[in-house]
Amino acid sequence: MTTALISATRAAEVDRRAQSPDRALTMRILKSAVPIFCTAAAARANSAGEPLSPTNIFAPASTPADTISGLSLLVLTITGAMFVIVLCLLLWAVVKFREKAGAGPGEPAQVYGSTQVELAWTVIPVLIVTILLLATARAIASIQNAIPPPGAVEVSVIGHQYWWEYHYKKSNVVTANELHVPVSSPVHPTPTFLSLFSADTDHSFWVPRLAGKTDLIPNHPNSMWIDPRETGVYLGQCSQYCGVQHAKMLLRVYVQTRDEFDRWLEQQSGPAAASDSTIEGRRTFESTACVNCHTIRGSTATGTFGPDLTHLMSRETIGAGAALNTPANLRRWIQDPSAFKPGCLMPAMGLSDSQLDAITAYMETLR
Amino acid sequence: MRALTTTGPEHVPERQPEWRLPARGPVAMYFLIAAEAAIFTIFVVAYIFYVGKSATGPQPAAVLHAPLFLTACLLSSSLTTHLAVRGLRSRNVRRFTWWWCGTVILGGIFVAGTAREWRHLVYQDGLTIQTNLFGTTYYSLVGLHAFHVIAGLLALAVVLVFAIRGDVRQEHSARTEVLSMYWHFVDAVWVVIFTVVYLIGR
Amino acid sequence: MSAARATVAVVRSERAPLVDTLHEWVTTVDHKRLGILYIIYALLFLAFGGIEAIIIRIQLIRPHNTFVSPQVFNRMFTMHGTTMIFFAAMPLVFGFANYLVPLMIGARDTAFPRLNAFSFWLTAFGGLLLYFSFLGGNGLYGAGNAPDVGWFAYAPLTSRTFSPGHSTDFWILALLLSGIGSMGTAINIAATVLCMRCPGMTLGKMPLLAWLNFTMAGLVILSMSPLTAAQLMLLVDRYLGGHFFDVQAGGSAVLWMHFFWIFGHPEVYVLAIPAFAFASEIIPVFSRKPIFGYPVMVAATLAIGFISMSVWAHHMFTVGMTSAGNTFFVLSTMAIAVPTGIKIFNWLATIWGGKVQYRTPMLFCVAFLFQFLIAGLTGIMLAAAPFDWQLSGSYFVVAHFHYVIVGGILFTIFGAFYYWFPKMSGRMYNEALGKVHFWLFTAGFHLTFDFMHVPGVLGMPRRIYTYEPGRGWDIWNLVITIGVLFQAVATLVFLGNLLWSKLWGKVAGSDPWDGWTLEWSTASPPPAYNFPSLPEVRSRRPLWDLKHPEDPDWHYE
Repeated sequence: MTTALISATRAAEVDRRAQSPDRALTMRILKSAVPIFCTAAAARANSAGEPLSPTNIFAPASTPADTISGLSLLVLTITGAMFVIVLCLLLWAVVKFREKAGAGPGEPAQVYGSTQVELAWTVIPVLIVTILLLATARAIASIQNAIPPPGAVEVSVIGHQYWWEYHYKKSNVVTANELHVPVSSPVHPTPTFLSLFSADTDHSFWVPRLAGKTDLIPNHPNSMWIDPRETGVYLGQCSQYCGVQHAKMLLRVYVQTRDEFDRWLEQQSGPAAASDSTIEGRRTFESTACVNCHTIRGSTATGTFGPDLTHLMSRETIGAGAALNTPANLRRWIQDPSAFKPGCLMPAMGLSDSQLDAITAYMETLR
Repeated sequence: MRALTTTGPEHVPERQPEWRLPARGPVAMYFLIAAEAAIFTIFVVAYIFYVGKSATGPQPAAVLHAPLFLTACLLSSSLTTHLAVRGLRSRNVRRFTWWWCGTVILGGIFVAGTAREWRHLVYQDGLTIQTNLFGTTYYSLVGLHAFHVIAGLLALAVVLVFAIRGDVRQEHSARTEVLSMYWHFVDAVWVVIFTVVYLIGR
Repeated sequence: MSAARATVAVVRSERAPLVDTLHEWVTTVDHKRLGILYIIYALLFLAFGGIEAIIIRIQLIRPHNTFVSPQVFNRMFTMHGTTMIFFAAMPLVFGFANYLVPLMIGARDTAFPRLNAFSFWLTAFGGLLLYFSFLGGNGLYGAGNAPDVGWFAYAPLTSRTFSPGHSTDFWILALLLSGIGSMGTAINIAATVLCMRCPGMTLGKMPLLAWLNFTMAGLVILSMSPLTAAQLMLLVDRYLGGHFFDVQAGGSAVLWMHFFWIFGHPEVYVLAIPAFAFASEIIPVFSRKPIFGYPVMVAATLAIGFISMSVWAHHMFTVGMTSAGNTFFVLSTMAIAVPTGIKIFNWLATIWGGKVQYRTPMLFCVAFLFQFLIAGLTGIMLAAAPFDWQLSGSYFVVAHFHYVIVGGILFTIFGAFYYWFPKMSGRMYNEALGKVHFWLFTAGFHLTFDFMHVPGVLGMPRRIYTYEPGRGWDIWNLVITIGVLFQAVATLVFLGNLLWSKLWGKVAGSDPWDGWTLEWSTASPPPAYNFPSLPEVRSRRPLWDLKHPEDPDWHYE
């Protein structure tokens, strides 16, 4: 199939000097290839020591995240190998077959195809895809088809615009935004199974170090599970655009020892602490529209549109992570929530300074 | 610069066989039908998905009565269309006009009958598009089809007017055929809707 | 033509009044002019989408930034996505298809020139309607009503309850209009390819560009309709009290997702397949070899088109489908990687053994090969559903699809601009400026989109107007934003080059690249009737046969 023809003479108006930016091209390609495949490596390398990030998917601390991380490494290895091979071929082709300065006229060999080669590079990808599919199917099954063991903690998570509601099914505890779960050991697993619901739009529960994300879709219950093996605080946030303040619907998962968790549960299940010193604040709270949205067990407030405030002071943040739970922040929040979370659904109640002081003092007693 | 001719290579050994390509009209109509079929498929899927899921309000079995007469009219109108086009192809403009007129009448009966059925559903049975999932999906699906019937009827009526005025001739048979393809499609969609809504869904 | 000093009086025609020229352009049904109108329109909206991207990136340059409010930010990312897909990328693709397909198959125009014009103006009006939303009346969240529901507008966020203003309605109506326009164009392209080929050009002898645009047209026809249907249903919900996606009445939010993604996934192939077409035309010419494995390239394209209709729920892996459902979509998504990979190998093999000239079009296509390879591989990562449970809805996905659309599709579109600019304008672009554009844009692209993978892996979700410090995301966001600057400057260089070259570039002649397909056999720009007489072809490279009469292609394939 070789042709040894003289190509048609070309018009002089087009400059046909052969360009050879091949070295620069090569360098650019290598320079940009590095960051992508370094990220996974760096992420993994750092997980043992100084954490790169508290939300690093390659620093798993729970079985679902482990399974995913393991599968991911397999996928990364295979795709990485394919990348290196094809990149080498591309670089070789780009460099070796450039038109060299001083090359004579005439076209190169006109090759139309090759059945063997094309067969090879069809069959090999099919094999690779088969391997990946099998590994993936196994991972899917192991995560999705898990059955809660008898000691499992069960929590219903209800997503709202823009906060998280938690009901601990077996203990009648209702709380918000900061999830407490017991640590789980491989020997006696005590995973936490979450049933996911939504009261309004779509949300998604994502705490990367503990598990992949699962969506909270109204009228479409979902479920997921975690079994964190190290105590600590794990961060995450809503990962399905749910409206204006989607960005500030943050998640905190407190993994505690069994004792600590039981104590926390015990404390959460009781009614609000009563205190005479804040009677004025309590009266204000109960007579303004606060009670339409919030519940404080042991009082007349039984609203369910907003978070349960019975043990507000047991939480480290307010506004689903929008601010730290300090008296100053709390007062500011009550005065005007949009100072922290513009567009959130709690309105500024138009309270006077003394009313704000009273209510804040009352809130401070809700341990 | 050497001017390149565009009349092909100088030495063509043998005469090329006659170059025939499909006609544009039918090809375009096939693709349009494919697009419309995709739209109807989505509405049918939604209908099937929501069958039996209406918690309140009138249910299909209670209020739907298979419109056999209307279906017969619509399906016959496909036949009349076919006969009309065949007539035009064999240069029989009168036959074309009569059968085409029959198509318009039958299609008109179908639309009128559907309107009557809907009036009964709304006022007697209390089923509107807002009532429940059944109402929403039923009126949307059947309504989308009725919209296509009406659009088709308008086109058919325009051609009928031309035919009555004597402006339609045998050379227009290809175009009337394209229009008739659309009409056959509308009828085929009705077969599907009838099956899904009045037979399976009840 | 030799420049003989004219002794004959030259009749100089007067330039027509501006109004006449405008009228000509507004009423044109010539596929070449409509193609150019589509392209200019798309460049304008590319600029709008780019400005929206810049606003997004400035807001995200550091945590807790206050450059724009959350309401404005949410409008920005919604409009950026909607604009870029429907009013930049699609019109670019349609514009080039309109211009090139009739020329490359030896036809005088498309099958339905008036439908062509109608479709263009419908699409154009859709874009204007969408942008009118910025000026529209007040919604609940303050001045301006531009859509802020995300470009895929999930239910029930789009219901009357959660989007009480008109922002969603603008989104629906603008896309309904442009969707009908797209369908008209697709029908036109399909009919043109099937019915208007010149004598001798069997389907097996068509340029790959014709095949791929035909496939694209088929995909538009099958996939645009589900979006239209879903949007009609949403209108019924919002205005007629319907319950399609009304979860309170038993409606399903997941049903919207299915309908949208049944459109949404083939849509990205609607954009990618013409990009493949450009690469399939440019790479052979600059490698001086025919495309390697033409029949398999056609088969792979058809396979991609077909399979692409079955992968949609890989956008829904986190929605809570059964493990069987998830596994099926893993299978179909990984399957589509096979024909796509085959195409990359075929392009590589085309370069292999060639005599490659690195002009600007080829530079963009080589970069395309490299970047599309990476995009495909991150796609395989996302196809592994559990991996996707971590990465979905994060900046890893954003990085992946921008890698496909910018690094893959836009790069080949840039290549197409440079390659066919001489044909469309009659002038050569400035090669030095072209290279400046290339290097600057590539540097910016990689700065932005390589490093964008990192925040995704480190847990940063998408569509957030701000983020918390201390999660390790800060430095990456800064780098990403810097890269945008390079890309913006490079785009300005590109636009400047086009303008300057159109006015003062060297005359190009009919065949500046020594190409082999029919568009190079006629003048630059072509006359209204395209060819003095309709060509007759005997092989896939008719001009190769003309230039090499002793060794024509039809001796070999």
